[in-house]
Amino acid sequence: MHPAFLGLFTILVGVSVCVGYYYFSNQLLDKVLFPAKGPNAGRNINRREMIRPWLFLMPAIFALGLYLAYPVVKTLLLSLSERLPGGASQFVGFDNYTKLFADEKFWEALQNNMLWLLVVPAACTAFGLLIAQLTDRISWGSIAKSLIFMPMAISFVGAAVIWKLVYDARPIDQDQIGVLNALYLLFGGQEPQTWLTIPLANSFFLMLVLIWIQTGFAMVILSAALRGIPEETIEAAIVDGANPFQVFFKIKMPQIAGTIVVVWTTITIVVLKVFDIVFAMTNGQWQTQVLANYMYFQLFTAGDWGVGSASAMIIMLLVTPILVWNVYNARKEMR
Amino acid sequence: MDNIAGTKSSLTWAVHISVAALVFLWLFPTLGLFVSSFRTADQIATGGWWKSMFPSQQNLTLRASPASEQKLEGSLYVIEGELFEEGIEVEISRWGASSQNISTYAAGEVGEFRSGETVTVQANGSYRIESETEISGSRGKRIFVTAITPPEFTFENYQNVLFDESNREGMAKAFFNTLTVTIPATVLPILIAAFAAYALAWMDFPGRSLLIAAVVALLVVPLQLALIPLLSLHNDITTFLNGLLGLEGANELKGKGYVGVWFAHIGFGLPLAIYLLRNYMVGLPRDIIENARVDGATDFQIFVKIILPLSFPALASFAIFQFLWTWNDLLVSLVFLIDSTGETTVMTKQIVELLGTRGGNWEILATSAFVSIAVPLLVFFAMQRYLVRGLLAGSVK
Repeated sequence: MHPAFLGLFTILVGVSVCVGYYYFSNQLLDKVLFPAKGPNAGRNINRREMIRPWLFLMPAIFALGLYLAYPVVKTLLLSLSERLPGGASQFVGFDNYTKLFADEKFWEALQNNMLWLLVVPAACTAFGLLIAQLTDRISWGSIAKSLIFMPMAISFVGAAVIWKLVYDARPIDQDQIGVLNALYLLFGGQEPQTWLTIPLANSFFLMLVLIWIQTGFAMVILSAALRGIPEETIEAAIVDGANPFQVFFKIKMPQIAGTIVVVWTTITIVVLKVFDIVFAMTNGQWQTQVLANYMYFQLFTAGDWGVGSASAMIIMLLVTPILVWNVYNARKEMR
Repeated sequence: MDNIAGTKSSLTWAVHISVAALVFLWLFPTLGLFVSSFRTADQIATGGWWKSMFPSQQNLTLRASPASEQKLEGSLYVIEGELFEEGIEVEISRWGASSQNISTYAAGEVGEFRSGETVTVQANGSYRIESETEISGSRGKRIFVTAITPPEFTFENYQNVLFDESNREGMAKAFFNTLTVTIPATVLPILIAAFAAYALAWMDFPGRSLLIAAVVALLVVPLQLALIPLLSLHNDITTFLNGLLGLEGANELKGKGYVGVWFAHIGFGLPLAIYLLRNYMVGLPRDIIENARVDGATDFQIFVKIILPLSFPALASFAIFQFLWTWNDLLVSLVFLIDSTGETTVMTKQIVELLGTRGGNWEILATSAFVSIAVPLLVFFAMQRYLVRGLLAGSVK
């Protein structure tokens, strides 16, 4: 069977199983288990209203539990054990972490990740804020915004190809086809550079790709926040003689500080998970390794599940503060 | 009085220019790939794509017609013809008759080959070679020109990547595989999430706020953690099923495959789906739902007849997110779908492969990448409104 038909078939089966489940489980509850008639009608109605939410929630809880909650626990266990030949595994305590911390590549990945964490969210937020502020004042602002937003739709892999062309290098005696080298030579560079092989600088060239993608996101959110600022506060400031820069930094910025934090943390999480860009452009060579790619390498190339899981736990550890913060805020908001 | 709100600021021009510059910067890389996908391998290799947009000055080596075409005019042997195909508008500035002196003559001047024939090349590319003796040689004489040629583009790359019979690049197959992964992985989580979101928004039960907190927490759990546990789970389940059903050899179920990748995408997409939809549903007017309850509608009826239709914008937002995410995904497919046969490869993986094996063949790379980018871009521009709305609702406040 052609996989495309398999796909269509799956949609049909999946959708009907889902709908069938919800419909028949509700019917079962209403008509068979706790019918709203007979001597116990009142009690039955109460009971079924207690059970119904769980009918609605069950598939989601099952999927969330199996695909996200269980793996967290399982990965923790894997990171504390070692795979033995024949599929068995053995508890080894913190051996995997010791091995991980002894690996130079891990420290390189962690360092790079920290650099990414410093640069990318800051750059995206700054550019996003700048563009949001500028486009709000002009008539074709929405077109400009949608064009800058566009890279959001492009896959990391697609972006990797796009930027590899930008960074491309040809021998000196040929015409450069990468725009960066063409500019470099135009402004007095002596020789075309293979940008992605220069340590440290190459990390920044990779970050540029993510900044290019994520700025649109920051811009959209911040632009909405800027529009939400009450007109009066700005008018009052202008009447009091504030110049545009003062209006921006002293009046607008404090009012959107909460949104800036949201944008910053969201991009931070994207950065921690960044894999495709590095995998496609350098695969961690020339000192561009990052944690997610290091983990992939340990799991599937080196085949070391223990160390791989340990590095996954490191990523989890880095995400945890944001996780706690988000949950805290969500609960505060619900109250 | 220039600075009063509502009047034009003196900065307006600066704003226009800087926005234009930023938009240009953001578009430039993508434009490069797009333009390159319409150029031949030779064109890409010999000059930057930004030059291809304008008529460009190029040094070309062209051949006149071979000696067999010569005619006898009086006592002169003559070869006449055009250096360029008909319909191409060129302007030749300089030309030469030997590889050492490629720009000796101006257009219209009379030059001489080393073998003694005289030759004239006009600005439009027509030439005339004259000789008093018979012209020899099996191939045509080489003429070197410096000419301004118009931009030239081709659909050949797309033809090769998509419709080539032998399909060396494998993009056509990968396209359908991606589609096969994407559609069920987009449709199914919506349904599951919608029911759950309704329960979390409008039903009262103990533990509700705890569940919402759990969804918010799972929103940021990196899916990297799920790779190994789930892959071994998939393997265990298929081994179990194979034993149960007595499947062997070719019929054997495999741990990696479409079913696994669909489930993985459903699981990973659910937190965002539930979160988005719940936030939206909570905002729906309470009166409608209470009235329906009073009129005797069950929760199931309320959900299907009232909530679902009203939640369309949120459903659309999530559908776009999930579509973009599954279409553009590499990691999940790499782990849960693509096996050693490579039969089920998706476009992102195929492009990474091409980057490795044909890193210099920009015509193939650019075209393949653009094939994979085109669909999300279409969806993006068609449904941007919903995407923005979803982003605003989905970022944790």
